Formats: sequence, structure tokens, C-alpha cells
Amino acid sequence: MTFHITVDGRSVPVVPGQTIGAALHAAGVRSWRSTRFGGRPRGLFCGIGVCFDCLISVNGRPPERACLLEAEPGDEVTTA
Amino acid sequence: MTYDLVVVGGGPAGVAGALTAALAGLRVALVDSGLRLGGQYFRHAADPKPAPGLDRFLRQARALDARADVLLRHQVWAVSREPDGDLLVHCATRDTAAPTGRSGTGDERAVVLRARRLLIATGAHDRPLPFPGWDLPGVLTAGGAQALLKGGGVVAGRRIVVSGTGPFLLPVASGLAGAGARVLGVYEANGGLGLARNPVLALGKAGEAAGYAAALARHRVPYRTRQAVVAAHGEREVEAVTIARLDHDWNVTAAHVVECDAVAVGYGFVPQIELGTQLGCRTRHDVDGSPVLSVDATLRTTVPGVWAAGEPVGVGGWRLAELEGRLAGRAIVADARTGAAPGARTGPDSGVRTDAATGPRTGAAADLRTGAAADGRAGPEGVPVSGGAAAVVPPLFARRRERWRAFGEALQRAYPVKSGWQGWLRDDTLVCRCEEVPLARVREAQALGATDARSVKLLARPGMGWCQGRICGYAVSCLAGERPQPPRRPIAQPVTLGALASLTAPDGGSGGGSGGATAPDGSSGGATVPDGSSGGATAPDDDLAH
Repeated sequence: MTFHITVDGRSVPVVPGQTIGAALHAAGVRSWRSTRFGGRPRGLFCGIGVCFDCLISVNGRPPERACLLEAEPGDEVTTA
Repeated sequence: MTYDLVVVGGGPAGVAGALTAALAGLRVALVDSGLRLGGQYFRHAADPKPAPGLDRFLRQARALDARADVLLRHQVWAVSREPDGDLLVHCATRDTAAPTGRSGTGDERAVVLRARRLLIATGAHDRPLPFPGWDLPGVLTAGGAQALLKGGGVVAGRRIVVSGTGPFLLPVASGLAGAGARVLGVYEANGGLGLARNPVLALGKAGEAAGYAAALARHRVPYRTRQAVVAAHGEREVEAVTIARLDHDWNVTAAHVVECDAVAVGYGFVPQIELGTQLGCRTRHDVDGSPVLSVDATLRTTVPGVWAAGEPVGVGGWRLAELEGRLAGRAIVADARTGAAPGARTGPDSGVRTDAATGPRTGAAADLRTGAAADGRAGPEGVPVSGGAAAVVPPLFARRRERWRAFGEALQRAYPVKSGWQGWLRDDTLVCRCEEVPLARVREAQALGATDARSVKLLARPGMGWCQGRICGYAVSCLAGERPQPPRRPIAQPVTLGALASLTAPDGGSGGGSGGATAPDGSSGGATVPDGSSGGATAPDDDLAH
């Protein structure tokens, strides 16, 4: 039923249909990006694709919004 | 191919409008950025759990799917008008070629839909207020916490504080408590007596409010009025919050600190209207000051061929949104059947008033009374062939809409944002999260002579980042001492150079400029330039927003 993605090499379970952001939150990972100026940690805030705080790189692609992106088996996520 | 109608937004308004039109035989496409239809209110997991109204919505969604092109994961970044009056709806979508796994490149490509008519059903997003620590991970908007729970089945934390203003806090808190989180309290900055004091509210909301109150009591969640989270504390994520007692204007009178690992905050909603303002639709200020699109009794905006329904015409909840979607659908069908044609070819003589901005939106009945004489002849689907407002919107529906609209406005009056929140901020509190602009820099800009929100933005850069001021725009307006202005965003969503390049790529077949709209499944475009951090082609840069 569940499958796995890797987050910085660590395996994280995903319920099918979950977004990357939801899967990370469920695994206790709540920040995955640092801000440009202050280097402050950021993760989900608006949760619906408006704020762009949750940008994340999946499978080496350019950053996408974790709250909109559905997790797929084998996705590799890197946090900053 | 040219659609009779393109609907932007897959919530209750968009689905009802699209389905109404599709059932009448119109060629319809619906575009939404999400993974599934539902919008915010009917957001659901892949394997949905029962929720009020959700069954009915899902039936509508399935019926729509069978009769229209439903394009999910498509972001609309602009709508433009062609010389012949047709509208081009410019979308960007990610390449996810294979049904299993993301074997696609993940590159963004452009999809352009050509339409005779447009229905804007883009909903609203949370209206947050800044406070010290609001950028710490673990602090979410109330809608964000709700989305995480409804869409992914994930509770935002173990010990959660819910704060802000308005009745939306109640379902958020009871949802979280019901899913097993310990909700330490719901802190309502206003008096919370609005429901009891206002007869309209007392009648309309009593049942629902009582249901949530019972749920909160069952989970022993305290509901405290005239209190709010005024600061969040923590190093790498939220570890505690300061909860303050507030006076009538939201100035802090006393405070205490509570340990928690998540916060859900919301101070009302911001209607998403930029597609309308791109096209030149007239706007008005809603009761709470939010800019919304002006529409007449048939949900037609001031721009020919463009309708709007739901929160973009005034926040009022999902029942009203669905009703307005249906009414807009009927008006669109009537417009298509008059053959009078769409878009630029319908004018003031179409029998439908388009000067709704001259009166409050609750004046639906007035619109009907003064509307053109309608003969009421009904078409095959029971939709009148005449374009008259009264014929398109039966009096029963018009009255219902008026009642629900009045209710939405009464809620906005009962749960206002009071100016005292500005005193919660410190000099180093970020006002704009994207550009990391602290309050001090906003004040500095004002000291330099910036007297309105736009000048503050030009000098201090709040609202110039990724979100284009959607998150901080309201706060910056308040700090500048003015009402929020309608958005000026020529590009409604950041879009990559690659997606733009794919419009003209020889093998892309998109040809937006020439008007040859791609089929939704159009082959992928050629050139791709990575987006993102470089910020190259993305909208947020500078003057595009506001």
C-alpha cells in the first residue's frame, strides 16, 4: 500500500496520493530550504501553492512546490 | 479547437458552472492546479473520507469528467484576448510522461486553450497577518493545516494552537482534534459574539456552529475570545507561542507562553482575482475591504465573455460558490444559445446589466427588477433562450443567493481585522517572507517618503518575491494605511522560460501567439530552461506584481 521515497538518502514512507510536502511532514521533516538572505529554515506555510515557501528539488529537477507535487515511488529529495 | 467555455478553478463554483454548461451541450474545459478536483473546501485524499457535501461534489466531478476536458495540474498564468474576441487561456504544466513514476523530464511546458467564454472560479487563499516568529517551520496558515489533513491525512503537529479570527477556525480545530492532535486551544481575536448578536448569522450558522462547538467540547478544546497568538518562538522550528489577551482593537493587555509544536493561523481570506484584473474587469471593495470582481445578477463581469463565481466575487463559502457557479453556467448557456455571441460581440444590448459596480452585490433583486424584459422561453435543458437576467436566474435562486451573500457579508462584519495587530510586530519581524523584509525596512521606506503600499514596495521590496505579494499584500496595505488594491499581475503564476519557449518551438505545436491552441495533450515543447533559483523568467521579479 505505502511506498517509499528518499530524503537526503533516508527512506520515508508515502501513502499513495500524498504530496511530497505531506509525506515529509508526516515523517517529521518540517523544513527543507534555507532563505537567501537570512539562511532561515522554511517548509510548508500556506499548503495550497500560494506562498512558494516549500520549494524543493526532486530528482535533481529545478525547485517545485512541495505542497502541490504528488510523491512518486523512488523519488529522491534533497533538502538544503 | 475553440471551447465554448473554459473554467479556471476546480472547486464547487468551477465544477458546478462547468457541469451546467457541459450538460447543456457546450464544449467545456476546466483547468485546475491541483492533483484532484475539489479546490480548498472539497480537497480530499486519493481515497476520500466522508465529509459534508463531499459525496455530492464527487458525483458532480465524475459527471463533469465524462463530459468535458478536465485538466488538472495546470497552472493558469495569463488570459489574453484575441482580435476576434476569443480568449486565450495560457497554462503551464509539468511533463509527467509515464503514468507510473515521474519518468518525464519534469520540465514545464505551455498549454494554450482557446475559448469563447471564461468562468473565473479561482477561489481564495488564507489571509495571514505577520507576527514575530511566523516564519518558523511548524507555523502554518489555518487553510494550510486543513489542506495537509484533508489532502494528505497528515496532522500538522502533536500539540497545536489554532488562532486568528472567523468561523473557519472551528472546522480546522475540530478536524485536527478529530484526527488525533492535541489542540491546545482556539484563540479568536474578536469577541466571537457575532453569531449571537446578528440575527442573520444566528439563524444561518447556529446549527453548524453548534456542531463544531460540540466537537470541540468533546475533545476538550478550549475556545477563547479576545485572545490570539502574537508571537512564535523556537530555533529551527516552533517550540512555543505567546498567547495574548487583547482589547477591542487587538492591543495586547496581558500575555503568557504555551509550549506547542504547531500553529495554525488565519485572519479571513483573500479572493484570487488576478485573471479578472488582467482582462480589465471592474472591481469593488468587499465589506472587509478585499478587492473582488464586480458582477451582475447573472455573475457576468464588466468584461464581455467573462463570468466569475464564488470567492472572487466576495467570500461567502462553498454553498454560495456552488450556487453561483450554477447560475453562471446557466447564463453562459443562455449566452451561447442566443447566438448573439460571445466575447467582444456581446454588448450592453445583450439584455444583461453589466454595471454591477454601481450597487452592492446584494442588490441582485434590484438587478432583476431593472433587467431587460425577459420572455422566459425555456430551451431544451430548461435554460431560457433569452438572455434576460430574470430568465437566466429564477427568482428563487436569486433570493437564495442574496440571502447567502448577506450572510457572508455579515460574517465579514462580525470578524474584522483590527489595527492593534501592528503592535505585535518588532523591528526585525519579517513582513514579507519571500524577500525577507522586516518591519524596520518598511518603516524606513515610509520615513523616506513612501506614502502608499506601492511606494513602500518599490523602496523596500515587500511583495516582490515568489508569491507576488499574495501573502504579505494585505499586511503591507494596512501598514501603509490604505485599503488593499486590486492586484496587478500580468503573470498570475511564475512560469519558466522553458514553458514560454515551448509556445513557439517548431515541434511544440502550441503557437499561442497565432492563436492555434494546443490540445490539452499537446506534445511537449522543445527548449527548456530550468526555472527557479535563477529567477530568470519568473514573474515575481519586480514590478509585475501589484
